Amino acid sequence: MDTAQSLDNRDAEAGRTPATQDKDHRPAMQDTPYPEHTVGHPFLDDPKMRLRDVNVFYADNQAIHNVSLDIGKNEVIALIGPSGCGKSTFLRSLNRMNDTIDICRVNGELFLERQDLYDSKMDVVELRARVGMVFQKPNPFPKSIYDNVAYGPRLHGLADKKYDLDEMVETSLRKAGLWDEVKDRLHAPGTGLSGGQQQRLCIARTIAVSPEVVLMDEPCSALDPIATAKIEELIAELTESYTIAIVTHSMQQAARVSHRTAYFHLGRLIEVNDTDTVFTKPEHALTEAYITGRFG
Amino acid sequence: MDRMHFGQHSSSQFNEALESIRNHLMEMGGLVEKQVVDALESLLHADSGLAEKVMHTEEKVDQLEIQIDEECARVLALRQPAASDLRLIIAVSKAVSDLERIGDESAKIAAMALQLSEQGESPRGYVEVRHIGNHVRNMLRDTLDAFARFDADKALDVAAEDNEVDLEYRSAMRSLVTFMMEDPRAISRVLNIIWSLRALERIGDHARNIAEQVIYLVKGKDVRHISVDEMQKQVKKD
Repeated sequence: MDTAQSLDNRDAEAGRTPATQDKDHRPAMQDTPYPEHTVGHPFLDDPKMRLRDVNVFYADNQAIHNVSLDIGKNEVIALIGPSGCGKSTFLRSLNRMNDTIDICRVNGELFLERQDLYDSKMDVVELRARVGMVFQKPNPFPKSIYDNVAYGPRLHGLADKKYDLDEMVETSLRKAGLWDEVKDRLHAPGTGLSGGQQQRLCIARTIAVSPEVVLMDEPCSALDPIATAKIEELIAELTESYTIAIVTHSMQQAARVSHRTAYFHLGRLIEVNDTDTVFTKPEHALTEAYITGRFG
Repeated sequence: MDRMHFGQHSSSQFNEALESIRNHLMEMGGLVEKQVVDALESLLHADSGLAEKVMHTEEKVDQLEIQIDEECARVLALRQPAASDLRLIIAVSKAVSDLERIGDESAKIAAMALQLSEQGESPRGYVEVRHIGNHVRNMLRDTLDAFARFDADKALDVAAEDNEVDLEYRSAMRSLVTFMMEDPRAISRVLNIIWSLRALERIGDHARNIAEQVIYLVKGKDVRHISVDEMQKQVKKD
């Protein structure tokens, strides 16, 4: 193989040995500083939620540092980042779920349209009807499928008559893509459903009170791929009526379902960009490192 | 320094797969570059043995094309690469088909060399072949260097060179057509030269395509189908 031999020599002479020069391609990660401001496009015109300089503390520990972000109307925004980066903490501060933790403090401006979320006159129960949440593990109430969905409308007095309530339950279950599977056993216990069905039941329960924003904290991490695909399909359909913020560990999921992606790193919001941009040409080196699996 | 970054990948198998793809691309690039050089030599010196060797290398190049494409498909399926990894896979899989076509064009030149060695040498056109041939060879070498070093500036230079090659090609055509009109007996032999020049010009185009993939890989910008000036603006923007 004289050809190969001479080629090797020539390549060595030309310095064209692959995998030795890469300095422009991938910056060294360990020295990468945080950007002074979030890079990309964190702000929007006329957003659904306007969040400025949000800080969250657990006692003396600061979990979120000066995060500023807009969440647009009818958009799906994915919050991604390594474990412990604060994405779930941030998500929970959007409907004051952190209020239940005594040592947790939130400051900054958090607005749902014109309403200050942390206004002392804010009714938290009403807020959570407007900003609903779906959790990692499906958590149906130990009640019938029907009562699970009807719980919210009853609590908020949204339906006076049985007929109205029936219709609300059906619509919510249809929107959650569960109606056909459960219409014959509405009075069976919700906990008897499969994991994927339970999660869709929880989504139906959340949307039964017609929220404006739905927060999802890793809604698919306990589900199999088919149930996951159904939930993702559902998310795409729900954007017609709702704004969705989703925390996910699956980057492929973030890429599939979201319009914009926000990358968190150790409590800081590093980059917000169109999902396409984040997954093909992220602006910040830390985002690049996470997306390509170079740490995390 | 590069190895360090690859080493940072959480999965060492992923690192190995990416490195193997790049190594194979460079191996294929080296083979094709050698093919072009040999094809030119065989034409200029009517060396039929060398011409046959060029046509023989074709098989090896084709095999590498298939192998690299398979490796790329496997990485896409198993790793779902994103950002720079994704751009690397896309750029490689496109560059591979350009390299394969460069191999084809070299084989065409070698075929012309065989014919000419049988018919007797062409009376005209060798100066142009040598000149354009050298130009195109350098372009190919530079574009492969740019790929190995992730050097967008060098890739940009290659794209600019391609414009010059196109100009030289047109001027060579004019003079060879004039020559054929003056001496119709030489037409069939000069036509062989013209086809070789055409093949060289195409090799230049493919080298430019690869350079465009390098820019996409490094800068994340798609610079196909725009003028060199536009490319320059896009590349220098950040």
